[in-house]
Amino acid sequence: MAIFDILKYPDEALKQISEPVESFDDDLQAFLANLEETMRAGPGGVGIAAAQVGSLSRIAIVDVSSKPKIKHNGCMILINPEIKTWDGMKIGREGCMSVPDYTGNVIRAEKITLQAYNAQGDRVDYECEGYEARAVQHELDHLDGMLFLDRLVSRRTDLFKRKNYK
Amino acid sequence: MSEWKMLTLVGQDKPGIVAKITTALFDAGAKLGEASMMRLGGNFTIMLMVKSEQSIEQLNQSIESVVKKMHLASSFQAIEATLYQHEIPDTRITVYGADRPGIVARATTCLLDAGFNILDLESDVAGSEEDPIYIMHIEGIASNGPEALEKAIAQIKTNGVNVDATSIDVMIG
Repeated sequence: MAIFDILKYPDEALKQISEPVESFDDDLQAFLANLEETMRAGPGGVGIAAAQVGSLSRIAIVDVSSKPKIKHNGCMILINPEIKTWDGMKIGREGCMSVPDYTGNVIRAEKITLQAYNAQGDRVDYECEGYEARAVQHELDHLDGMLFLDRLVSRRTDLFKRKNYK
Repeated sequence: MSEWKMLTLVGQDKPGIVAKITTALFDAGAKLGEASMMRLGGNFTIMLMVKSEQSIEQLNQSIESVVKKMHLASSFQAIEATLYQHEIPDTRITVYGADRPGIVARATTCLLDAGFNILDLESDVAGSEEDPIYIMHIEGIASNGPEALEKAIAQIKTNGVNVDATSIDVMIG
């Protein structure tokens, strides 16, 4: 296994649209293992898209299970993923391994359902919410050449009621 | 000695201030760093990091004609500065209530005592002249954890203001 170099904006590859995966072969399995290792080596390490390592294939991995007290689906290998439904909106703070030293507020759907294929090429369906839904939307944006910088809202934007500590 | 200077400009707001000042600085060979512009009470205000080998006197001369024409007060200050050092806040706090003297002093002192480091603060006076309300947004780092922060928030609330705190859970993807 190996850790890939993460491309940093303004690398042009980060603004390209990725192509669907057609072959679920051994090369793909090896690539997925390396991509996951690269994700886990990064700061935060909850998600990664193939485009971030320069491979323009519609592949993302999301695993937010290390975060305490949130709903999650474990480690999701998302190949040719498509979000089917969106529900609710929430502002949250995001950063990106491809955009060092910057975090900003982005509005994302609170709940999503999505379809994808797993490493073996089987169709999988997921329901995601909150932090996990945010991570999935962030990674899937990479497959269409979108960065969170394309979706920033002003730090004064505050549309929704916040949860209290108490 | 760092080549960074902090330029502060204040004046009556009118269109074109940023464009004209930054063009004058660009023409003088200066580079810009981080900046924050805000309208406060109808006034234009900006803090702008400027990098230049030139002296403050030379920089003042570069922007002098714009400053005069646009009736601005300006000041350069030599600073020690570094880029790429953004700290990530972990908590956002909103304080609001009927405006009266001491809200900011009380709230920020309670937060300081709880080990809360303020990274960003902005506040507005809204409502009406008869019934002004004060609204303050703070982002920062709760160095002593959520329990210390909760105690501080309870103290601030005894002053009759409303306080909401939310943790900022940054998603790095």
